[in-house]
Parts: sequence; C-alpha cells; structure tokens
Amino acid sequence: MDTSPHLARPQWMSLLAQAEPAELAAAMAPFAPPAHATWLRPPQTGLYMLRGRIGGTGPQFNLGEVSVTRCSVQIDGHIGHAWVRGGNTKHAELAACADAWLQASDKHPQLSAQVLEPLRQSLQARREAASRKAAASKVEFFTVVRGE
Amino acid sequence: MYVAVKGGERAIARSLELLAEARRGDTAVPELELAQIRQQLRLGVARVMQEGSLYDEDLAALAIRQAAGDMQEAIFLLRAYRTTLPRFGYSEPLATQAMRVRRRVSGTFKDVPGGQVLGPTYDYTQRLLEFGASAASNTVEADEPLATTMPRVLDLLDAEALIERIDPGSDPEPTDLTRDPLMFPADRATRLQNLARGDEGFLLGMAYSTQRGYAESHPFAGEIRMGEVDVLICPEELGFAIEIGEITLTECQMINQFHGGNGVPPQFTRGYGLSMGEGERKAMAMALVDRSLRCDELGEPAYAPAQNQEFVLSHSDNVEASGFVQHLKLPHYVDFQAELSLLRTLAAQQRKAAGTEALA
Repeated sequence: MDTSPHLARPQWMSLLAQAEPAELAAAMAPFAPPAHATWLRPPQTGLYMLRGRIGGTGPQFNLGEVSVTRCSVQIDGHIGHAWVRGGNTKHAELAACADAWLQASDKHPQLSAQVLEPLRQSLQARREAASRKAAASKVEFFTVVRGE
Repeated sequence: MYVAVKGGERAIARSLELLAEARRGDTAVPELELAQIRQQLRLGVARVMQEGSLYDEDLAALAIRQAAGDMQEAIFLLRAYRTTLPRFGYSEPLATQAMRVRRRVSGTFKDVPGGQVLGPTYDYTQRLLEFGASAASNTVEADEPLATTMPRVLDLLDAEALIERIDPGSDPEPTDLTRDPLMFPADRATRLQNLARGDEGFLLGMAYSTQRGYAESHPFAGEIRMGEVDVLICPEELGFAIEIGEITLTECQMINQFHGGNGVPPQFTRGYGLSMGEGERKAMAMALVDRSLRCDELGEPAYAPAQNQEFVLSHSDNVEASGFVQHLKLPHYVDFQAELSLLRTLAAQQRKAAGTEALA
C-alpha cells in the first residue's frame, strides 16, 4: 500500500532543496537531463539576506547573508526552477530538472516514487536521529529532601 | 607638496611567496582538506560566517585555511568575496520557534515545557587537555525524539504579563547596513544587524562591563536554544514560499529587571541575540549589549560605554577596526617627515632660547 503523502509543488521544491546532494544525484541518476533540455538560466550563485525578528516575534532585522544557487530549465514545455542553499551547482541543476519533470503528468508518478519518497524518508530519518541524540542529553532533575 | 614613491614590487612578490610557503608549512604533512575544517573546526567556521556576515560553510572553511587560522583575516576574506556575488533578495523571517532543537537551556526555570536539553557543549568539560587521538564517541539515542515544537520560555512570563511583549507592529522594512550607512540614533533593528556582524571579543568585553556595573543590567538567561531552522524565500518567479535548505542558529533571550518608567509599569524586559552556527557566547553577549543599548527607550540613566550606541556601534566591526589600526604600517614617510621637521625646529628654537638665557 502506498503510504507516501502527496506533495504539492512548494513541498517538493523544498524537499529537493533540503536533500543531501549525493542522495539526490543517486536518485536522479536514471533521470539525467535530456539532450533537448533548454537551460533558461544556467546555475548562478548569489546571496539572500537572512532576516530575523527582534525577540523572535517582533519587528524584522537583517542578520547576515546566505549563499544560494539558482537555475531554471525547460524540458518538454515544462519550466523547472531551483533555489538551493550553498554553492553546489549540480544540486541546483538536478533539483530544477526534477521540478520540471514533476510537472509532467506522465513522469510525475515515477519521480514521486523513485526520487521524492526516498528523499523524504531519508530527511525524516536524519532529523529524527538528531532529535533522539539531543533528547538523550535532556536533564532529569530530582530533588533531595532534607531530613527533619 | 605630494611626492609619489614607486618601488618594492620585487620585494612584495617575494613576500607573497614567503607567505604561501609559511601558510603551507612542511609539504611532507598533508594539506588540510576543507571538509576537515568544516567538520572538526566547526565553531571557527561558525564565527567566520557570523562576522563575515555570510552563511556558507565551504567558503568559510576556505577562508580559514587561506588565512592560516587567523579568524579576523578569514572574516575579511569572506566579506571581500561577498561583494562579488549578486544579491537575489531577502529571506522570509527565520522562524526560531520552529527550530529543530539540539540544545535548549534556561537559567530561569528548572522545569520548562520540553525540558532542558544540554546538547553538545563545553560547559561540563574539565578543561583538561586530552593527549592522544580523540576517540570517536558512541552517541546514545533516546527512545523518544524531542517534542517537535519547544515553547519559548519567555512565553511563560508573557502569559502573566510580567514581561514586555514584543510584536511586529507595522512590520517595517529594516535598514540594511550592507546598503545604507550607519546613522545615529540607530533603531533597534539596525543596532542588531550591526551587533550580529560585530566582533565577538569586543561584544563580550562590552557585555562583561554591563555585568560588572557599567550599566543597569541584572540579566538572567531566560532561554538559549541551538538547532536547525529552515530558510524560506519567496521568489517572484514562483509567487509562493519554498525552503532552500536549513541553517544552524543559536538564539539567546535575556530577561532583565526593569523598575518602570517612561509610562511603563515595572516588568521584565528583553535583550535578544541571534548567531549563525553554534555561537552561544556571541549570542549571549549580543543579547546583553542589545539590552544595554535600549537605555534611551526605557528612560534609564545612560553613563556607561555599553549604553552609548555611537561608541559601541562605531567600534564593533573588526574588519573596519583591523584596517584602521593596521593601516599605520603603511608608508607615512611624508607625514612623519613633516612632524620630524617641526620638532627639530622647535628643539632648535628651545636650544637657542636656552643659550640666550645662559648668556644673560
């Protein structure tokens, strides 16, 4: 039974960006960019200014920048975009190709099962392991009661 | 008269070669790989990213290697490099309440919802040098992961209206010091951007001074949390927000006494610090200085250096400070000749006057 959740475009784009580049490359190996892919915007690295909120909840302030690589590709009439943190151009290219194909109804089920679902499970497992390790360092207080 | 002097090209070329040789050291020893710096010197990488004002572990590791571990030089390299990159836009505000926490402690409440999570910290080490190779540790995993959302400790006080509330208000566009010059008086958002880029050592000294009595401080560490936060952007091409990855952040919420004034009842007030990577000392220092710089807003007597925003904000940046202090090494031959000649004239006049007196 298929228990994988249906992902909308913002979610799959987020997942592709959050993926480990090596895992994305492995999952995308059967879906290498075809010869007829048109690179509308070749990979380019630039900056986004990160914003925080004063006190976590208040007005915004500028914390500092983060490097981001973006690119856009057209495959079979579908335009795929990618924005990924860091300077890994290969990661951005693969994410953009996946985004284009995921918009094609004939390719979507295959990519969803062979790319998105393994990446989603891997991300979830990574995060859960980190959380379990942190949880092991949670303090258990006990109170020593003084005698009468 | 201004005299231009040329020369020294050959000496400079030789100096650069000596620098490259000294940086590399004994070639029989393998060169440091960037992955080693990124992973085994991660706190140094975090500092270079924070003060270099650019979150990119690979570039920060490269800068540290090129600077031979001189953090301020590495920060300078990163700042210089960022000017070559185009600015794509601004992120959505980072949702630190949704942080995937790896460390979270409170100095104010023992039993905070979600618990106190120590995480990786040097706090409980004995500070004894460990000779020999560092053993790979076998980390234990708890049966249950942490709660997915950790409530903010300060919300507990907020529920009782005992702490100032901080809302976005009209959510104004903050000043961006990478594009606009620092003007005084600077509002809190501008001050926080400056402190975020500021030198950790300078801010630590300033924060320390507020605790030692050079400002009305009386702080408590309400909450410190460290972990991963998703970065969201909303590109025009899409019209909806997407995650582009996660970053590690350290957030510090200080609680400070406030006796009331300026029409505000007595309540606790907040100081805020946010730092890239694991940067607890920086985030705490930033929070203390953020609070001391709020003296005007809260009607507190301002007499201490850490309450003087012109003093603090003008001297916090180590790229500027290092440049101005170290420019003294550059040729000042003409300036110095002028002063030397003036002093010689004065000395001669004094000798002449002394000689005249002796004759009289």
